[in-house]
Order: sequence, then C-alpha cells, then structure tokens
Amino acid sequence: MPLDRYVRQMRYTNMGETGQLKLGASRALICGCGALGSVIANTLARAGVGRLRIVDRDFLELNNLQRQVLYDEPDVIAGLPKAVAAKAKLQQINSEIEVEAIVADLHAENIAGLLEGVDAILDGTDNFETRFLLNDASLRFNIPWVFGGCIGAEGQTMTIVPGMTPCFRCLIQEPPLPGSTPTCDTAGIVAPIVNVVASIQACEALKILSGNVAAVNRALTVLDLWDNRIRQVQLDSLRDSNSCPACQRREFSWLNRQRGSHSAVLCGRNAVQLTFSERSPIVLDQLAPRLAAAGRVEHNRYLLRFWIDDFVLTVFPDGRAIIGGTNDVAVARTLYAKYVGA
Amino acid sequence: MRIVLNGEPRDAADNLLLSELLVSLQLDSSRVAVEVNEKIVPRARHATHSLKEGDRLEVVTFVGGG
Repeated sequence: MPLDRYVRQMRYTNMGETGQLKLGASRALICGCGALGSVIANTLARAGVGRLRIVDRDFLELNNLQRQVLYDEPDVIAGLPKAVAAKAKLQQINSEIEVEAIVADLHAENIAGLLEGVDAILDGTDNFETRFLLNDASLRFNIPWVFGGCIGAEGQTMTIVPGMTPCFRCLIQEPPLPGSTPTCDTAGIVAPIVNVVASIQACEALKILSGNVAAVNRALTVLDLWDNRIRQVQLDSLRDSNSCPACQRREFSWLNRQRGSHSAVLCGRNAVQLTFSERSPIVLDQLAPRLAAAGRVEHNRYLLRFWIDDFVLTVFPDGRAIIGGTNDVAVARTLYAKYVGA
Repeated sequence: MRIVLNGEPRDAADNLLLSELLVSLQLDSSRVAVEVNEKIVPRARHATHSLKEGDRLEVVTFVGGG
C-alpha cells in the first residue's frame, strides 16, 4: 500500500515510516460513535489505522449534528444507525482502511468477541457501566484503553495500559449513582470540549498503535474550556496503594456479570434501552404491518421506528429496542411487551 | 483554617479529615478522586488524612457524556 497520503504524519520524527507501518497493521475498537467516537474515528481513519471496528447501539437524530462531526442531514433523514453512517463516511475519507460497523449494545456477553485482534480500545461511550466493563476487559485481555468523558464544557481523559499505569478502578471505585451526575440532558454540552477530549484520546491511540506506548500520558487530564482550567492530575501515588479490586485482585465484576444491568436510561435522550440476552431475532418486515394498524411506522433494513401516543419505539433486528419519551424502565418495558411482544 | 477547594478559598475546621470534608460536600469517597497539593490521595487514606492550613484541594467528580 502506498504511503503517500501519510507523508506529513511520517515526517513527524516520533512517528516515521516505522510508526506508520505499525498503524496500518493495527486494529482499534471504537466503543460508541456519538460525539467522542465521531472525532476519534475520523482522526484514526485519516491517520491510517488499518482496521477500525465501530460498535454503537444508537441511531441518528437531528440534535446529534451539533457535535457529532461524522454525520450530515441526509444521514438523519435516512434514519441510519450511527455505526452504519460512520462506516460509509469513513470509507469516503480513507478507502484504503478496513472499517467494520457493528450495530449493537456493548455488554459482558459480546465484549470478548469484539476485542478479538484489537490493539487499543477507545472509549466513546456515554455511561459508566460500560466504562467499568471496558476496564475489566482491558485488564483481562491485556489491551490498553483510553477513557474519555465530557459534559457542559468540562472533560476528562486517561489512558490505561495494563501493567504499566493505574487502572480506571484505581481512580474511581464505584460508578456514580444514577441521577447523581449531570448528563447531556440536564447540563448540555458544547462541541469544542468533545473535540479536545477526543483528539487527546486519538493521539494516545496513535502512540499505542504506532509502537510508542512509553509516550502515553500517565496523568488524568481534566479540562474546563469555559472556566479556562486545564490540569494534569498525577496518578503515581495510586500505583503503590495495592488495594484495587480490578487490577490488583483481578476481580472483574462487570465482565463476570456480577455488576451492571441490561436496561439503561440513555444519556440526554429521555429514552430507555431494553436488551434481552435470550430473545430470538425480529423480522422487521413482519413487525411493520402489524404495528401500522396502531400508529405510524417507518423501517429500513437496520431498524424500525413506531410512533404511539407520546412515545417512539425504535426496534432493532436483534430484539433490542430504544423507547423514547420516557426515563422510566417500567414504562418502557410495558410498551415493548404491548407492541413488540415479550 | 483556610483551604482552597477547586480554586475557591474556604474555611475549614482545624485538622479536618479529608473524609469529613467529603461528607460535608455530600460526596461519596468511592466515586471521586481527590488531589491535595497536587498529589492524589488514595481512597484508603481519605479517613486518616487530616487537612492543613493552606492546603490546595482538587476534587474530581467524573463526567460521563460522550
């Protein structure tokens, strides 16, 4: 494969042709392709990371375009899942790399398969349950991961390299209680913090994937672009406190399914996701006419949307659903049982 | 005594324990990271770490959006 398109990147001494070739032979898993994931995927595709595997459970809405830079209005009109729209855009950006789009929720049952052949994990998720699962999987399978989170104009990022840095659970032992932290819904978000945090994450990935893991940042970066605060929190003192349940005692509670739940209230969406480990697949072409008697239905090969009263049900072929118009899991389950079936 | 919390000066009782400060801020020790004078204090030491005049604290609460 000619490397002409990467000539400026290779001229950077710390990358060079050696680093570029390693990027081309590497695979990154991008977990969530919303705001952070969009910027990360865009950057890594342009940089020539040879294989990108993108996992996202969500579909596009107009209010995503303010900050999710991979997507355009036609993607929203087409009602595409984010992973599918991302793949199409990324292949236009760089047709020489391989992009896999996986429309699915990331959970303890599927994470091992998704990590096959992966050299770095990029966090573009919107919730702590999944991040604790990523931390467990990173340690269990010895694959570095790069945490990123943001809200308002505030953001945080940290790189976890098993055996070399403290892990995420050294830093924070328990996920914040649901409802205790601001969400995109309550606090809003401005796009620049996303771009900054995701760009730092992407650069950490470039270091890991180009064979420069020693260059990763050992500190937690905390930024607030509105209050003009940028800080590096040194984490060395966490390394000698030998008490971490995850990286010291290797208790992987999220990976082993002792922690974490299947139903989740989606960040900033007034929506609940329902997933089922035992459910048989749904044929959308058969479900659509059945629901059409009760309300408006639209569907494509990736998903079906059904409007009823003040709710919108989005159903995926694997049985997963996102119930919009409520933050109440019980209400969501009732609607699903009533219209899709238990 | 005076301490500085997330950039803001404030009063605190002499020898206040870090864990006591977190309780007064209604913060759960297991869900935040605390830096005192630019050194992170491991969670196991929150209950024994007493604060001193002029200490500069940063309490990091984690943000989850993405």
